[in-house]
Amino acid sequence: MSVRIILLHAGVILALFLMQFLASDYVVLTFTRIMVLAVYALGYNILFGYTGLLSLGHAMFFATGLYGAALGVTRFGLGVPEAMLVAIGLGIIVSTVIGAVSLRASGVAFMIVTLMFSQAAFLTVLYFGDYTRGDEGIVISDEFRRFSLFGLEADLANPVLRYNLALAFLALAVAVTLAVIRSRAGHVLVAIRENESRTAMLGYDTARYKLLAFVLSGAFAAFSGASYALMFAYAGSTLASIQYSIHPLLWTLLGGAATVLGPVLGTALMFLLVDFASGFTSASLLVVGVALILLVLFFPKGILGTLRQRYLPWLP
Amino acid sequence: MSFFPHLLLALLEGTVAAAVLALSALGLSLVFGVMRIVNVAHGEFFMLGAMLAWWIAKMVPGGPLAGFLAALILAPALVGLLAFATERLLLRRIAYDPEATIVATIGLMFVIQQLALSVFGADAKPVAAPFTYRIAFPWFGFSGYKLFVVAASVALLLGAWWVLARTRFGLIMRVTQFDRETATAFGIPVNQVYAAVFVIGAALVAVAAVLIVPIQQAHYLMGLDPLLMSFIVVIIGGLGSIRGSVIAALIIGLADGVISMFFTPTLASIIATLAVALVLVVRPQGLFGVPAR
Repeated sequence: MSVRIILLHAGVILALFLMQFLASDYVVLTFTRIMVLAVYALGYNILFGYTGLLSLGHAMFFATGLYGAALGVTRFGLGVPEAMLVAIGLGIIVSTVIGAVSLRASGVAFMIVTLMFSQAAFLTVLYFGDYTRGDEGIVISDEFRRFSLFGLEADLANPVLRYNLALAFLALAVAVTLAVIRSRAGHVLVAIRENESRTAMLGYDTARYKLLAFVLSGAFAAFSGASYALMFAYAGSTLASIQYSIHPLLWTLLGGAATVLGPVLGTALMFLLVDFASGFTSASLLVVGVALILLVLFFPKGILGTLRQRYLPWLP
Repeated sequence: MSFFPHLLLALLEGTVAAAVLALSALGLSLVFGVMRIVNVAHGEFFMLGAMLAWWIAKMVPGGPLAGFLAALILAPALVGLLAFATERLLLRRIAYDPEATIVATIGLMFVIQQLALSVFGADAKPVAAPFTYRIAFPWFGFSGYKLFVVAASVALLLGAWWVLARTRFGLIMRVTQFDRETATAFGIPVNQVYAAVFVIGAALVAVAAVLIVPIQQAHYLMGLDPLLMSFIVVIIGGLGSIRGSVIAALIIGLADGVISMFFTPTLASIIATLAVALVLVVRPQGLFGVPAR
């Protein structure tokens, strides 16, 4: 991996680290949220950007992590680190099962099937309202968010800890993404996107690689969902709805699909845009809708995708 | 009420649901079959049809019947107009690319939803049925209007089948579906066919909405359910197969009616979705679809 690639990504993480000393509390909180959700978008990008599979149902994996962690700490007496691990494990299991079934469909049918599985998951959340508390959601009280790890006491209600933990998670996710897409398997994923039958003809088991990408992105989503629940002390059914399947797609498209930093940039910009627009209108979905249409019409490669095409061919 | 009257009621309700579902799924299936694109905003066309029906019924003087008839003509026409604009300004510009179309129509879905919320408000809007005749069964009374909905849907479905199978325009649509390039070579104006099909698909779902709105109130979030149910129907029936869509609508509608009656609607939706998974495992192209060429 070339030096400038490492420098670029380390530089972005460093800049985010330094930002907490300059920015206001509100901005720090917003960026904590952005970084947690950027992990979700990063995983989505492995499937959508690199493998070329458009899923409209990743909210179910996000929700798996979200409820796995929230129910884990509130109902099953797990500590924060254990709940995170359990949630990610559940995300891997659920995405393996769903991936194995839905990857039998291809193209448009795949998108619809994932959309519907996700809707079934959303309805399941509502159906078990006694446990999930449906719309109203689970509020995780502070006592469940304190934990000790390697002898250190930690409290997720602390905004500084929360910011740096989110940053560490983001750095981890960026590193894993880079490692995956620069690896042999990563090249096979891109080959599948470009021409699946040719890749299969060359002797690669494309079904297995697609499942790998699917499970990887599902695990990222569950990781992000679990962090979201524990850091912001809340798990509600809105976070399992179709909108949360569309969000990572929008963020990835805006920043640039199949670029490592694209989803991170897209998440940040969309958050700031919605934040900015909420000054004039309560209709944040309108902003999302218009952004999607404009992107598809005029800017299909996204910001970093266009930059890479014009000026920076080395951008991963 | 004992078990059998209960079942009869469930089957009747299920037939009504199936009829309307078949109509909205037909619109989706037609668009997919001919244009090879999925319109995610299909459910919002449904919602818009229902909202417009409420608005037109309120504006037109002369009682529920006059309002209903006006809505039955004007609402699909207006929705068709919006569909025409969408086709020209959006879909044509992205060259009907399947993925880009899905993303763009998702955007459109959010835009229509939010605009409907701003214009019409968040409350559910009732529309009076054009007539209130009740059929008296020994155990319960059943709304005659609901049976009219079934009859109207069947008539429209038969009409659609007749147009597709027996008319010149239907032949042109089938040719375009079968092979777009050869159709172009034979002088068929494929772009105009696409526009017509997209408008017809939207108008069909709007008609379904006008028919259903006296039974189920109009609400700005009502579009998602018919969209997902249409997806289920179209997948089980085989994308692009109209016969399959109608049969699947019947199965899903009846099952939905029965399960909703004896258990809960949420459970019915979950089961319908899982049925799709099973169908896909066994037959990835759907029950009546032909494998892609």
